[in-house]
Amino acid sequence: MNSHSVVDISHSQSLAQPSLGGEEVVRLVDVRRRFNQTVALDGISLTVRKGEILGIIGRSGAGKSTLIRCLNGLERPDSGEIVIEGKRIDQLAERQLQPLRRRIGMIFQHFNLLSSKTVEANVALPLKIEGLPRSERLARAHELLDLVGLSDKAKAYPAQLSGGQKQRVGIARALAARPALLLSDEATSALDPQTTRSILALLKEINRKLGLTIVLITHEMDVVRTIADRVAVIDAGRIVEEGSVRSVFAAPQQEITKSLLSGNRPHLPEHLQTRLGSSGNSLVASIDLIGAYGQQQFFADLAETLAHGGSLVQGALDHIQGEPVARFFITIPADQQAILERLRAKLHAAGAHLEVLGHV
Amino acid sequence: MSEIMIELLISAIWETLLMTVASGLISLVAGLPLGLALVATAKGGVAENLWVNRILGAVINAFRSVPFIILLVALIPVTRFIVGTALGTWAAIVPLAIAATPYYARIAEVSLREVDKGLIEAVRAMGGNRWTIIREVLIPEALPGIVAGFTVTLVTLIGASAMAGAIGAGGLGDLAIRYGYQRFETGVMIAVVIVLIILVCGIQWIGDRLVAQLDRRQARN
Repeated sequence: MNSHSVVDISHSQSLAQPSLGGEEVVRLVDVRRRFNQTVALDGISLTVRKGEILGIIGRSGAGKSTLIRCLNGLERPDSGEIVIEGKRIDQLAERQLQPLRRRIGMIFQHFNLLSSKTVEANVALPLKIEGLPRSERLARAHELLDLVGLSDKAKAYPAQLSGGQKQRVGIARALAARPALLLSDEATSALDPQTTRSILALLKEINRKLGLTIVLITHEMDVVRTIADRVAVIDAGRIVEEGSVRSVFAAPQQEITKSLLSGNRPHLPEHLQTRLGSSGNSLVASIDLIGAYGQQQFFADLAETLAHGGSLVQGALDHIQGEPVARFFITIPADQQAILERLRAKLHAAGAHLEVLGHV
Repeated sequence: MSEIMIELLISAIWETLLMTVASGLISLVAGLPLGLALVATAKGGVAENLWVNRILGAVINAFRSVPFIILLVALIPVTRFIVGTALGTWAAIVPLAIAATPYYARIAEVSLREVDKGLIEAVRAMGGNRWTIIREVLIPEALPGIVAGFTVTLVTLIGASAMAGAIGAGGLGDLAIRYGYQRFETGVMIAVVIVLIILVCGIQWIGDRLVAQLDRRQARN
């Protein structure tokens, strides 16, 4: 596009912040797909902009695999529009999809490397399909192996590599044909936590270095939290919640989001959770804070509240996309509800959130 | 064993090897594409076509159900048309190849079907077409099984070629029946059996070595 045009001021501004307002790479409009009686996708609409990392999270069977396969035409929707880089792909025949798929790299949970080919031949395969001469293919393959830190494994076979190394080869292969979009299908689900972190760091680095747009599906909130800019929560074939990772993590609206997040956020200790009811001597409340909200003021207010016989029972402060996100649970004697209401008002004014969960 | 018997034995070895290798190669060249066709046209295959798949499967099954000795006789007109005669070693190659082809097609089919579907999906995702999938995924990934299956086919052909004595094809089996069994020459029988054991072991050994060379699915030191 005319990104360097002098008159197009709005566009050149958007270049400074590629994750906001960049051009659309993916647009889905009311995409539906059913398999016999089961509805896999029930009217999905979403947009992914250039340079952005979108995390699509959901439980198994939520439709996320079908969704990501629609993006490169491995799966065809029953209805709806799928637009990739301004071109509708949902009605294209297999033969017409083949050249377009070269613009879309994909990595897989089980890596899907060809066991009969060396690492370099695996990475060079998309280029062989494209029809590049052998010397160019290998040069590009070595360039990419260098990028993923596996130059010394070019002649090895996949069976000789660890899981993390295999996924690095998978990433190198997905990038070989210089795609505009990278699809990640549970790419870290078969890896241990440490390897997962290194693979996610690599994806983030590639996203920054090459400005590559990434759509990843996962069932692990941690993955989304670590690298995504935006998250879409999918449940029963619908996107039930969508927003910046920070806002969704700090204040999840839907039950499904809360339950997917439960491992990542502090939660009420079991012994209180089980006793939680509508009557009891103490009130239980949760407090959610986002952003660089005045910490000193908050802890001063909290201390003042707890001085009335209350106690802090659980809590943590974390950082998402570089911003603090905190969650605390407190109890306070039921007859001190007025004090709690005062804290709620103060927090509310500062953009934080207090919720009374019940009595114990 | 007399000198004549030794000469007979040596020419029988050559006849058996000729029948086995020639019909084996034909069954490889014809059976592998058939096996590919079976996998490609099956449900979810790269060229799904259930009708073609059913018809192909039925024809292959029909050929496989006919006992070889019957096939040998039934194919005499075909053999005469192709080779010019219905008798002798060369004439036996036709029914042997026709019997081995559907047999090998099924063996190849099993190996090809076992290729991980994820690999096919990965190559589709990178823009590969049907031929790319066959060339870069199905055949190379199934190659160890394809070779192992060919070894099995060759060994089976050695056994089947014994029956080809019925149309004067000669070979080790024929020698064993005519001299060892019908003329009670135990020495000939034992010699033939030993040669057959060596042949079978040799083919199996070469096949196993080749498979070990080709198989990259497990880490190797």
